[in-house]
Amino acid sequence: MKRIVTATVINQSGVLNRITGLMTKRQFNIESITVGHTEKEGVSKMTFVVNVDDNAKIEQLIKQLNKQVDVLKVTDITDQAIVVRELALIKVISNAQIRSEISGIIEPFRASIIDVSRESITVQVTGNSDKIEAILDLLRPYGIKEMVRTGITAFPRGSQKSVTDLKQYSILN
Amino acid sequence: MNMRAKAKPEAEAVTAEMTGADVLIHSLKKENVEVLFGYPGGAVLPIYDALYRSPIKHILSKHEQGSIHAAEGYARVSGKPGVVIATSGPGATNLVTGITDAMMDSLPLVIFTGQVASTVIGTDAFQEADIMGITAPITKHNYQVRDVQDLPRIIKEAFHIATTGRPGPVLVDIPKDVANKTISPDYDSTIHLPGYQPTFSPNILQIKKLADAVGAAKKPVILAGAGVLHANAGKELVAFSEKHRIPVINTLLGLGSYPGNHPLFLGMGGMHGTYTANMALYECDLLISIGARFDDRLTGNLDHFAIHATVAHIDVDPAEIGKNVPTQIPIVSDAREALKKLLEIESPLPDTEEWRKKLTQNSEDFPLWKKVSTTEFLPQRVVELVHEYTKGDAIITTDVGQHQMWAAQYYAFADANRWVTSGGLGTMGFGFPSAIGAQLAFPEQTVVSLTGDGGFQMTLQELSTLQELNLPVKVVIMNNQTLGMVRQWQEAFYEERYSQSLIPVQPDFVKLGEAYGIKSFKVTNEEEAKAVFEEAFSHREPVLIDCRVSGKENVYPMIAPGKGLHQMIGVKP
Repeated sequence: MKRIVTATVINQSGVLNRITGLMTKRQFNIESITVGHTEKEGVSKMTFVVNVDDNAKIEQLIKQLNKQVDVLKVTDITDQAIVVRELALIKVISNAQIRSEISGIIEPFRASIIDVSRESITVQVTGNSDKIEAILDLLRPYGIKEMVRTGITAFPRGSQKSVTDLKQYSILN
Repeated sequence: MNMRAKAKPEAEAVTAEMTGADVLIHSLKKENVEVLFGYPGGAVLPIYDALYRSPIKHILSKHEQGSIHAAEGYARVSGKPGVVIATSGPGATNLVTGITDAMMDSLPLVIFTGQVASTVIGTDAFQEADIMGITAPITKHNYQVRDVQDLPRIIKEAFHIATTGRPGPVLVDIPKDVANKTISPDYDSTIHLPGYQPTFSPNILQIKKLADAVGAAKKPVILAGAGVLHANAGKELVAFSEKHRIPVINTLLGLGSYPGNHPLFLGMGGMHGTYTANMALYECDLLISIGARFDDRLTGNLDHFAIHATVAHIDVDPAEIGKNVPTQIPIVSDAREALKKLLEIESPLPDTEEWRKKLTQNSEDFPLWKKVSTTEFLPQRVVELVHEYTKGDAIITTDVGQHQMWAAQYYAFADANRWVTSGGLGTMGFGFPSAIGAQLAFPEQTVVSLTGDGGFQMTLQELSTLQELNLPVKVVIMNNQTLGMVRQWQEAFYEERYSQSLIPVQPDFVKLGEAYGIKSFKVTNEEEAKAVFEEAFSHREPVLIDCRVSGKENVYPMIAPGKGLHQMIGVKP
């Protein structure tokens, strides 16, 4: 099962190495990983998507990450109400004739064309992974020359009203 | 030319302006470091120059692996952090086995490695190695000092992290230019580690839960590991087990945390543990694990481990709880704190009489056994004789393998911190250097390096360190001219194809010891051994004894790989 885990870390050199190394050592498959600054100076946030077999395994991952000296907080936010965003850049084969057709396809996705050449256009789309999969499906028939995805970044919504099954990884309860 | 080192001048007063190297030495003094284990080289020349002006004792090994294993031995018996210095590149990479060993066995070490100058890091400079990358997975934490102003704080943090919570090795990498740079150090900078807040005291609700489970248990058992030793919780463990009449099993590394001669003691559990201990782990209805991490060599096949039991796990490291064995009562705490709380709490005492009767019966029916022979010199007898001649009160160090298991089975450690062995990593070559470190921590104690002919030859260059220090370490080589445990497994599981495990050609260990100026003996039977031990253990000087024991003995009983605790073989002669 896929889990979304975020970790706030002190922005020290080597911290990314320690964390990815730990995941390799403990045999966790990282599907995607994003890192960037947060509102606090010197603090970065990592968002991982990992594929695990069961809850015990994800609990172990969280505990191992928490043990790292430079890691401040680790949370599995999969089951919380969260905002998730990923960005994809998609270079689609397209000549002048079908440019407007593609433009029409991507419009409902609130994607935009950010580069145009004689043989291709580049589409930028943001959203959750499902949305990106959907637009990719629609564009694939035209021929995708190149595609990159950032991997997701996420955090809990300001209000947690829609929470259903809040996972608690405290071992004290 | 006069090659002798000049007499050391008096310790220099702390001046306003100091080099990074001086700051390091001064910080070590502030941490009450009494002895350093190290080896000089290009990138640590500034540090060794500062050391030259310092009264701190430095033990020069003959290989960096010798330094770090000695530091581990020192840390293991004293509880104080072992401090190691090595140069960049090969000096640092030679430490890797020892760092991993300390990580696996939770030993507090602070390791300082030199690094090439900041300006050339990343250019494949002479003697450059990415020791930060190499040691990231095998240290509790590591630092590279980029700004010399950070040095006092980093050293404080390094000692704090190494010695608190679950102890472990911390590495500090110091580029040569940082060590050379002059600053006015600020020793008042405080530790700021928001991401490192180890839990020390238990959650009282969880303690109550455990106390209730104890009260209701019919077949409770305690598994005590090295966490009990690290927390210095031996007394509390005895009090708790006696109050509730709960039998106690030790892990390999936990030996000595419970008196080996106590009537409630069932022996060591695991692959070569006692039948009684393993059957107790198999049949118990409440397993209280304290400071142990359910290593696969202890549990055997997890499908058969404590399957009827409610599992309570007290550990200072939350990540160990539930890692291998599902746990119903998790308690994150220092072992001593948890035991103290358990002793304070009012709870019904369990009725364990029937359970204990059964276990006693098991012990009587299936005791540890060994061959009796009038013609062969059996390796188990060496351990028993060492026990006899040291009155069971020596510090014993070992490598890994048959001799280690026999030492664990037959030495019956009565006290804590007498047992220095490489448990988790299983490092050959660990025992002899760690004996030197242990002896430095306790100069008055009898220290015996029980070693095999294989393991000893991996770090025997440290004989020269022993020669220089003239420490009364007794090196007892249980020489069976084989890599015994490899041979045993080849006999049991590879149809006696002894691939590369028989070593009939070996040095004359007596001559070897004598070459280093160490009194050396060879014994081939019990009578000779008794005479030599009598002599060796009555003098305070280093001795090497080459015990030519039978090469065909196997360690029993045994749980074969993949088998469960209840499937021991070799429980009877």
